[in-house]
Amino acid sequence: MKFPYTDIVLEHFRHPRNVGKIENADGKATEGSPACGDMVSVYIKVDPKTNTIANAKFESYGCASNIATGSIITELAKGKTLDEAKAITWQQASDALGGLPKIKAHCSVLAVEGLRSAIQNYEERHGLIKEKVPTTVEVVSQRLRRVVNPLTGLNVVRTNLVQDIEVKDGVITVTIDLPGDHQFANTIKEEVMEKLETLWDVKQVIVKFTE
Amino acid sequence: MAERFIYLDNAAATRLDERVLEAMRPYFFDTYAVATSEFGYSQGIEAREQLDKARGFLAGALGAAPQEFIFTSGSTESSNIAVKGVALALLKKKGSHIIVSKIEDFPVLHSAQALERQGFRVTYLDVDSEGFVDLDRLRDSITRETILVSIQHASQEIGTIQDIEAIGRICREKGVLFHTDATHTFTRVPLDMKKIAVDLVTVSAHTIHGPKGIGGLCIRQGTQIAKWVDGGFQEFNLRAGLENIPGAVGFAKAVELVAPEETNRLQQMRDLLIDRMLAGIPHSILNGHRRKRLPQNANITFHYVEGESITLHLDMHGIAVSTGSACFSRSLEASHVILGIGGDHERAHGSIRFTFGRYNSLEDVDAAVKALAGIVEQLRKISPLGKEKEKEEA
Repeated sequence: MKFPYTDIVLEHFRHPRNVGKIENADGKATEGSPACGDMVSVYIKVDPKTNTIANAKFESYGCASNIATGSIITELAKGKTLDEAKAITWQQASDALGGLPKIKAHCSVLAVEGLRSAIQNYEERHGLIKEKVPTTVEVVSQRLRRVVNPLTGLNVVRTNLVQDIEVKDGVITVTIDLPGDHQFANTIKEEVMEKLETLWDVKQVIVKFTE
Repeated sequence: MAERFIYLDNAAATRLDERVLEAMRPYFFDTYAVATSEFGYSQGIEAREQLDKARGFLAGALGAAPQEFIFTSGSTESSNIAVKGVALALLKKKGSHIIVSKIEDFPVLHSAQALERQGFRVTYLDVDSEGFVDLDRLRDSITRETILVSIQHASQEIGTIQDIEAIGRICREKGVLFHTDATHTFTRVPLDMKKIAVDLVTVSAHTIHGPKGIGGLCIRQGTQIAKWVDGGFQEFNLRAGLENIPGAVGFAKAVELVAPEETNRLQQMRDLLIDRMLAGIPHSILNGHRRKRLPQNANITFHYVEGESITLHLDMHGIAVSTGSACFSRSLEASHVILGIGGDHERAHGSIRFTFGRYNSLEDVDAAVKALAGIVEQLRKISPLGKEKEKEEA
């Protein structure tokens, strides 16, 4: 039989390592969105003494290269320091899998970004961010560019779904131009909260809907 | 790995029937001459007679006269000739407005888009959640400038069969030409041009166990259409190029071999597959209409999992299917048909199309259902989605 992937990719696809959630994870992140296509969640457990990744797990709603990359990236991350793990590139993950088709880069890069975001999430939650930039409307807007509008597959900022952003005394209020009972309202709300509530100077995130 | 190869992608291509090959063989090795006029040489005259015989048979299958049927290289070319040929012929005489549905197959959709870039105005009609064109909206969209309505007989992807009889009536009433792409309905769903007011019909051999590379376009007598594949005077001076006589003979043979009993058998497989999948695999939904659909087509979305992952696993089980997921397509775009029926990317992402053909059996359905149930369960364990819902239900 002729498959479009290397044997290592197929092996990780069929028997992915480190699948699942980590309860009480020290850091977690979700990249992509169910509505736009592939999506991957990464969870890490950190050993605070050595600043190394004690455990890493993932979940994938994606194609073969997404699943295989989630599997390999969690393998590569384990035992590495946070800085080392953050530096793992898509190319390294691809090489470890014996090569991924270039056209599949965007599906597989999500897992790499997922790991980085999970580490960032840990650092933010544990006050390890070195340069503390105050949160502004611009910072919020940048972060929301990583939330996908399920109706179009493009991000919520670009597709004008974000009607208003307000940052005041550590409280961020984001207004989404959708009815509150819309089928995607909850998904979007959760994603927005997740991207914003870890910002170091933010006390509360409020997501409002227009109707 | 797999013991048996189970092919469930018959909408894309079918296995050739040996009897078709046998019918074609003499026209590769014995009667290989060009079809000549009745004043040519004997082999050429024989070739011409076979071509005409095939033409007459195929035209008859659509309720048309032999001179209303031209051979092409397949349904892509047929639909191109229909849409662009009418556009060229009527641009100066009548207008530059064309109406197609949003879920047309690419030959019509992309021909319309190509014409739009040349300055034509195109209306892309919405369809409802089952894929049907709204007849009132169609009627309202027709203007004095409208030269052509092109709406597929049945969708190759979600299987929905349009009411082309009603569409034809509306077009006839309004004096607008009507083209339908019948690539997937030909011989499986009745289409009689004597009863239905359709002016141009695209058909192909590749979906019915005939050879690839041969199709046809039925053009009602008197339809204004311009020639744009220039060259010789073949095909009533509408489509130039050396006639594919083995192809034409094979096409006719393939049509002859389709029996109503076979179509009923495909429908049984379809119904069994749909019933068992929907009953046995949680969070699965049917795309398209339950009954008004191609007898050989089933299309199901399995929520919380992705289609390319499913097809790869199925391939490892020796089962070939297709998906509307962006990850599977060459363009990396999600199926415009599933998006067109109001589905979101998630619905396209986990959609799997099963299409049956002559060489499938009820055992294939059984194997597919069993394999799918396991694969979907396995992928859902990896997926971050749907867990809350399952907990709620438990």
